[in-house]
Amino acid sequence: MKNGKKRSIKAFLRDWDAGRFDLDAAAAEPYSAAPEGESAEGTATPEESLPRRDVKAYRAVYPLLAAMLGAIMIVFLFLAVLDLPAFGKAGNPSENEVVRRYVESGLSETGAVNIVSGVILDYRAFDTLGESHVLFTGLAAVLILLLELDGKKEEPDLGLIRMKADSILGTAARLLIPIIVLFGIYVILNGHLGPGGGFSGGAIIGAGLILYAEAFGYEGLERFLNFRSFRIICLAALWFYSISKCYSFFCGANGLHTVFTTGTPGRILSAGLILPLNIAVGVVVACTMYGLYSLFQRGRI
Amino acid sequence: MDYFELLLLGLLVICGIATCITKNLLSSIVIFMAYSVIMSVIWALLKAPDLAVTEAAVGAGISSILMFLTLKKLRDIRKKAEDEKREEEEH
Repeated sequence: MKNGKKRSIKAFLRDWDAGRFDLDAAAAEPYSAAPEGESAEGTATPEESLPRRDVKAYRAVYPLLAAMLGAIMIVFLFLAVLDLPAFGKAGNPSENEVVRRYVESGLSETGAVNIVSGVILDYRAFDTLGESHVLFTGLAAVLILLLELDGKKEEPDLGLIRMKADSILGTAARLLIPIIVLFGIYVILNGHLGPGGGFSGGAIIGAGLILYAEAFGYEGLERFLNFRSFRIICLAALWFYSISKCYSFFCGANGLHTVFTTGTPGRILSAGLILPLNIAVGVVVACTMYGLYSLFQRGRI
Repeated sequence: MDYFELLLLGLLVICGIATCITKNLLSSIVIFMAYSVIMSVIWALLKAPDLAVTEAAVGAGISSILMFLTLKKLRDIRKKAEDEKREEEEH
């Protein structure tokens, strides 16, 4: 930092970014308002010495401000929490005719034993549709940022080779991956009968795919999950969700009978649209999780 | 049961504060993972098993993996900047 006077503001920022700018040393250096020795280069401008001058005051004030801001936030949040009604008390604002309707006639209207599934995929399926699209939009944004179209396919990925050589990871993954994926499928298919559903099951399957990619490389997965099939699977699942729910909403609003019946509650093939919708959401979520990982790791799917 | 919940809530607060004040970003992410695991146990105790499964899979699993990858990418970028700087100095 001794030749700091000749440094441009850009170099300073780069140093800062690389973590090589020493705040303590900068604060210890006395600030000179008009740096002498301005030679023919004329590179010394007031903005260079600006960081050094402010560093000292900044370091004195910053912890104080941070603590004060934190204390104010904590006080406001505690006040807000104190204002909340007690959990599960009768007469709470959350206890109204909506909840009563869900609890009393949820089973007969949706056919789902798990009332949460009945709410999120039947009564409020429109919300879940939006959530799936939010996830898809997030993935699209990551695709725009990270997809390398002129793929550097020949460049060897050193991290990948190291991972493939790791026998502990390989053995553990060989034992765990079937169980993880099977459990994810169980959570998806059992969504209307017990805890779980498309989102959690899809996340579990996505985690299994990520573990596979990390342990054995992408070659095996690319056989069935390349960019082309990825797009087809995601769009087909979202289209299926949208179209089937449009049909369901249209029939419901006009008092028509749909082809989807609630069936016998408690059986695996029951609850009308909830099971297929769970599968669609699970497929989208699993693909999205794996796609995000693959894009972050190597810039393509 | 009550003491267990209090213990979990206390650990939650400790994990939350430790996530903020840890200097090393890698340990920060690992502590955040622990936070998610504790949170998922609390969801299960609050009789919300759906949320517990989702929190364990997404909070402790996938989001941590993505944060690890982001950290790796940041290090790559930083290393590249340092290499460029060294080349500049050599010239």
